[in-house]
Amino acid sequence: MTDGQISLRAAATDARTEPGLVRWIITGLAVLFLTVFVVLPLVLVFAEAFSRGVGAYFSALIEPEGLAAIRLTLLVAAISVALNLVFGLVAAWAITKFDFPGKSFLITLIDLPFSVSPVISGLLFVLLFGMQGFFGPWLQNHGIQILFAVPGIVLATVFVTFPFVARALIPLMQEQGTLEEEAAISLGASGLQTFFRITLPNIKWGVLYGVLLCNARAMGEFGAVSVVSGHIRGETNTMPLLVEILYNEYQFVAAFAIASLLAMLALVTLVVKTILERHLDEGQPVSDD
Amino acid sequence: MGTRVSGERGRRNTLPGFGLTMGLTLTWLSIIVLIPLAGLFIKTFELSWDQFFGIVTSRRTLNALKISFGLAFAAAAVNLVMGVVIVWALVRYRFPGRRIFDAVVDIPFALPTAVAGIALTSLFAQKGWLGAPLAELGIKVAFTPLGIFVAMIFIGIPFVVRTVQPVLIDLDTEIEEAAASLGANRWHVISRVILPSLIPAILTGFALAFARAIGEYGSVIFIAGNLPNVSEIAPLLIVIRLSEFRYADATAIAVVMLVAAFLIIFAVNRIQSWAQNRIPVH
Repeated sequence: MTDGQISLRAAATDARTEPGLVRWIITGLAVLFLTVFVVLPLVLVFAEAFSRGVGAYFSALIEPEGLAAIRLTLLVAAISVALNLVFGLVAAWAITKFDFPGKSFLITLIDLPFSVSPVISGLLFVLLFGMQGFFGPWLQNHGIQILFAVPGIVLATVFVTFPFVARALIPLMQEQGTLEEEAAISLGASGLQTFFRITLPNIKWGVLYGVLLCNARAMGEFGAVSVVSGHIRGETNTMPLLVEILYNEYQFVAAFAIASLLAMLALVTLVVKTILERHLDEGQPVSDD
Repeated sequence: MGTRVSGERGRRNTLPGFGLTMGLTLTWLSIIVLIPLAGLFIKTFELSWDQFFGIVTSRRTLNALKISFGLAFAAAAVNLVMGVVIVWALVRYRFPGRRIFDAVVDIPFALPTAVAGIALTSLFAQKGWLGAPLAELGIKVAFTPLGIFVAMIFIGIPFVVRTVQPVLIDLDTEIEEAAASLGANRWHVISRVILPSLIPAILTGFALAFARAIGEYGSVIFIAGNLPNVSEIAPLLIVIRLSEFRYADATAIAVVMLVAAFLIIFAVNRIQSWAQNRIPVH
């Protein structure tokens, strides 16, 4: 009787996990694959950047071209993040605080830029503002430069980062409902007061989360910006574009030095993202979706 | 009191700002997304059907599309298999460095594509850390279609892992134990019980990785070699046509890629609603 039970137990345990050798092979494959395809490229960025020593690394960064690229990248990211932050808050308010037909279709439209290839994102603005584009001749006559200038780079960046903030906020605000805001309004608070005193404190981690991801993509965007920038040295080269130019000119230390800044941005983004996700999970103990 | 509460619930729109926020949302959405996308399709309609067909079926375009779609499909297939292997190791086993490898999965999402591009190229170049030993085996990766394949695998890794991982974590181990206690061996439990419930997530991850790889530019062009008809991807051909001021050609290729991307997104939505109907919601 007991014998039978024990052997049944043993069989059940066997069927609940894999044999030692299989476990070893699966773990080994996973580790090897991630090491070759992800860890090694990342390590290589820093190894190449410092291959001629710390001095060469820093002198590459403070080249006028490097500084100009860093400045432009920061400027473009600041404008794009600010615009998408305001849009994300406004859109999330309209979508989550009210009922209206076509809501999920509207969310699909907001998500659209994520499924457009970066190069095509850039192409869209060339077709609008290029010389053969819809508004090109008019802009030319009025002396307004959009393409191959900062406005074009900003537009392309805003397009590719469009969904980030809205996407971070919509599920969060949907879950929080409207009860607190309705209470505030019924007690006599104005709309803006309600938003800043009730809504914003409730969604602050979500806002930071959206801004973080939006900023990372804005600073790192390559394809879309490459199409609209015109690659004017010292003027319309963002950091990723300068990385391309330096690499193609075989200035590997300089290329990887700029690249290492972008890689550090990516690593910091991932760490902060993990911290924010912890805060977001704490805010909602029930996350059944 | 009770009637008042239900009365409050009845009129939902007690909050202010609907007109303003909806108006701003639609305006900004139109300016940034809808009008530019509409512009692309209007530009395409300026072409006659024969012109459009001629561009898309020209040898160089057709080859670029074949390379992009074919290699993206193959890379997504590798991501499918390896993604499941990685998820399995991360969720079911404990090994040193597990948390770090879990975090590492997100790097292809976070690393700017140009950085990934030059890093992969130097890594797999003939004198690179991996390129040199591979060259001794007679395998050339950088500046060949194989390089495109490698770059596409890199950018696709997070998609399968991050869609399958939460499903495997949530999977009830009681079902496995029940199957095991009924006499199923481990292989049967995996193939008949676990894998079927992962399939919607696996397919979703595959489709997302596929879509991303088709449109990928930055991480691919450095390692690709960019030889027309051999290692030239469709997004690069768009850039080349633009630099030659052949806008019609660029637009036609873009439309083909965009329609494919939308079809894939549509397929993903279908998979998701199918999965929701199939698995009873708790």
